[in-house]
Order: sequence, then C-alpha cells, then structure tokens
Amino acid sequence: MRRPEPLEIFQPASIREASAIVKEKGPGGRFLAGGTDLVIAMKEKGLSPKYVVDLKRVPNLSGICEEADGSLTIGALTTMREVETSPAVCKRFPFLAQSAAEVGSIQIRNRATIGGNMANATPSADVAPALLALEAGVKIAGAAGERTLNLGEFFRGPGQTAMLPEEILTAIVIPAAHPNLVGEYIKFSPREMMDLAYVGVAVALVLDGKKRCDAARIALGAVSPTPMRAPKAEAVIEKQILTEELAQRAGDEAARECKPISDVRSSAEYRRAMVGAMTKRALLNAAERPGPVAWTERRERRY
Amino acid sequence: MTKKIQITLNGKKTSVEVQAHRLLLDLLRDEIGLTGTKEGCGTGDCGACTVLLNGKPVNSCLILSGELDGAEIVTIEGLKIGPELHPVQKAFIQDGGAQCGYCTPGMLMMSKALLEENPNPTEEDIRFALSGNLCRCTGYAKIVQAVQDAAVELRRMKTEG
Ligand SMILES: Cc1cc2nc3c(=O)[nH]c(=O)nc-3n(C[C@H](O)[C@H](O)[C@H](O)COP(=O)(O)OP(=O)(O)OC[C@H]3O[C@@H](n4cnc5c(N)ncnc54)[C@H](O)[C@@H]3O)c2cc1C
Repeated sequence: MRRPEPLEIFQPASIREASAIVKEKGPGGRFLAGGTDLVIAMKEKGLSPKYVVDLKRVPNLSGICEEADGSLTIGALTTMREVETSPAVCKRFPFLAQSAAEVGSIQIRNRATIGGNMANATPSADVAPALLALEAGVKIAGAAGERTLNLGEFFRGPGQTAMLPEEILTAIVIPAAHPNLVGEYIKFSPREMMDLAYVGVAVALVLDGKKRCDAARIALGAVSPTPMRAPKAEAVIEKQILTEELAQRAGDEAARECKPISDVRSSAEYRRAMVGAMTKRALLNAAERPGPVAWTERRERRY
Repeated sequence: MTKKIQITLNGKKTSVEVQAHRLLLDLLRDEIGLTGTKEGCGTGDCGACTVLLNGKPVNSCLILSGELDGAEIVTIEGLKIGPELHPVQKAFIQDGGAQCGYCTPGMLMMSKALLEENPNPTEEDIRFALSGNLCRCTGYAKIVQAVQDAAVELRRMKTEG
C-alpha cells in the first residue's frame, strides 16, 4: 500500500490561527480531522497535500450541547463514536445516533468526525440523511467571521461544498424539534458492517395520536450527486394519515425523484427500486416502532 | 518535515524524531521496532493494525505521526500485565482463537478495549465490536469464545481484587 508523501503539519490552537495558516501557505493544503477520508485519499487516490492543518487542538470544536432554545449543537470535531453513544442524541434522535453507528467500525468511529463526514461531501455519507431530515444547519468560520447555512445548501456536488478553502466547519446545529418527532434511518447494504450505503433513507415525522403526519421529512443518501431531500415524497404524506398504502405511494415518489448512478455496488435501477422499498419501510418503522434499537434488530427492520 | 514529539508508548515516556507524514503503523514497526502491530489492508477495513490511542482502539495505518505529540499509545507489546499475559491473550491461546495469527494482535487490542467498556458482553456485543477486525482463516467462533472466557476471568480478577 502506497504511503503519504512528505508534508508539513500544523496544529493551531484557534480557528483564527488555522485560517491564517491557510491564507499564508496558499492553495494545496488540507484541514485534518480524523483523517479517515483524507489519509485514504493520500494512500489510494494519490492526493499529496503540501501541508495539513490538524483541527483537533482547536478548543471547543468538539462536544454535544443541548442549548436553552431546545436546539442541539454538535461540534464538527465530535467523533462518530461520541455521537453514537451520546445520551442526548440517543434520547432525542435515536435514528441519528444509529446513523453514526453505521459508519465503518469502532476503530474508524473513534477517529471519524461528524464534520469530516459533511465536509468530505460523499453522496453516501451515512449521517447526512438523518441531519437533512432534521433540517440541520452548519456553522462555518473564516476570515470574514462566522456564517450559517442549511445543510441542504452546504452540499454542492460529490466532494464539493459551499466552503471556501480557508473556511472551517465548526458545528452542526439541529433546531428544536417537536416533542412527538419520530424518525428512522435505514442503511441499505447487503453486508451487515463495513460497507458504504447502496441506498440510505432517513425519515423524520411528527405524528398526532391518529397517525396523521403534521410534518414529514424524507432524505436520501447515495442516490444523487449530493445527499438530498425528497420534497415530492414528503408532500404525499403531509397532513395525511400514514397507512401502508400511503407509505408505498411516498416510496414510489421518492424513487422517481432520486437521481442514482450505476457503479460497482449497484445499478441505478436497483438503487431506485430500493429507494422505493426502503422509504416505505422507514416511514412505517418510524411510526410503529420508534426508539433505539440494537444492531441485530436493525437488519430485521430493513426487510 | 521532521518533528520531535513526546509520546507515552506502552507506559513509557519517549521522545522520538518523526517525519510528519509517516504513518503511526510505520513509526511503530520500522523506527521503533515494535513489529507486533500488523499491516493488513492499509485502508482501515481489516483492523490488523489496531492500537490504543489515548485509550481508544484506532487503525494505526490511517494516522499521521506529525499529529501525535503528547499521545498515549498502547500496542500489543504493552498488553501484558507485569510478567503475565493479559487474560485476553491467555484466553485466545487456550481457546484456539488464533490460526495463522496475523489478525491476532488487532483482535486482542480491540477485545481489551471492549472488555474495559463492557465487562459482560453478549455474543452480539462481541461480534459488533469486532466487526472491524477481519480474520481470513475464518476463526470467528473461537475468537468470540475467547473474548467471552476472558470476560469471565477479568470479572473474577476484579471481584477478588
Ligand atoms: C474503513 C472505512 C470505512 C468507512 N465507512 C464509512 C461508512 O460506513 N459511512 C460513511 O459515511 N463513511 C465511511 N467512511 C468514511 C469516513 O470515515 C467518514 O466520512 C468520516 O466521517 C470522515 O471524517 P474525518 O474526521 O475522518 O475526516 P477527514 O478525513 O479528516 O477529512 C475529510 C475531508 O474533510 C475536510 N474537513 C474535515 N473536517 C473539516 C472541518 N471541520 N472544516 C473544514 N474541512 C474539514 C478535510 O480537509 C478533508 O478534505 C469510512 C472510511 C473508512 C476508512
């Protein structure tokens, strides 16, 4: 296996310092979080950054905080393992915790960060659909100060985001959610572990006592150039009573509006069909059996 | 770029001169001479290179040495408790949890980390924890058994103080 090329490494102690290094050194550098995408790119894709700016020593970029206004802030450098095991995330959004638990192995999740998963902008990024369904925002800091974007505006294409080279993703903010919100993430992959999603489907629903959907958010991974919302499918169920037949129609709509490609994992046709089936299942699972589940139960929930 | 870093390696404070782009795996094996940590896939999938970094199991094939100043690292060479093998090592030997042995150091480091977090794991917990450790001799049944036996022994050691 090929080795990384020589490079310089910096470990700034503030965001300002980190941005300043990139400004001074110019193009050809990369930020480093957990390195589980970056070092792979150096070893497998011939990427050879001149310098690397390690963000792990910048204070306050990691950790999960329940804010007074009901929102949840997740620092960009928070590891997937921290998200997966966070009591606050498990209690409020078990399907988000589960989507973090779907990433790689424990060894990978001890390094992989939630910010890196977003900044790398892979269409199959496992945590993206759940965050899109929760209408999360991202905080970005740069020379000109801080700005906030919706996650949907942040992704621009495979590996492309709205960030400038010297900008740093500092946090993910999940707005206050309705107390009745339920959700589900299904990572569809024929392997139980250690594979990327062929299709990822996240749903977040606000249901009343009669299973009427007061709000519905459906987000898809691995089936378009960026993780995407499925607004037409959402419109099918909004303000309706969720039945199996309605979930099927929403699935059909999601299958129509996604834009999958064929690759080593799957053909576009198969992905489209699985978007239909998994969307239906995710909606019914969310409505019927919410709550955290053991991984052994996840596979049953898929079929 | 070379850089002088201080690390605590298997309990000993050490200062090493590293090239920033060197992988932790290569630092351990080629510069320091601790060859117990293995390279399998080189891409974080197989877990043969698992070490503990600041107490957590990670893939040493994906870590740049230049970021390690101040880190605490435990490798398979540091698993023993004094002169005695660690209970996970003893259990793997006793239960035949190794065939060719190449994946074993990684399996042992991951198992140690699991048992510290969860002293009484179910079979499913063990399989979940070891899902990033690949054994190509397909010896998983005995590996799982060994982790279960090590758990019993570790709990016994704990209650007996
Ligand atoms: C074996 C293996 C299995 C994997 N399995 C999965 C999987 O199942 N699902 C999945 O979604 N992913 C998977 N991945 C991919 C990867 O682990 C995740 O995408 C991870 O979240 C990336 O985070 P990181 O902290 O390691 O990012 P890094 O590799 O450190 O960074 C990735 C990119 O984002 C940039 N970046 C990182 N943080 C910031 C920031 N705060 N601000 C600005 N730019 C930043 C970096 O410059 C770099 O370009 C896997 C990877 C491996 C090696």
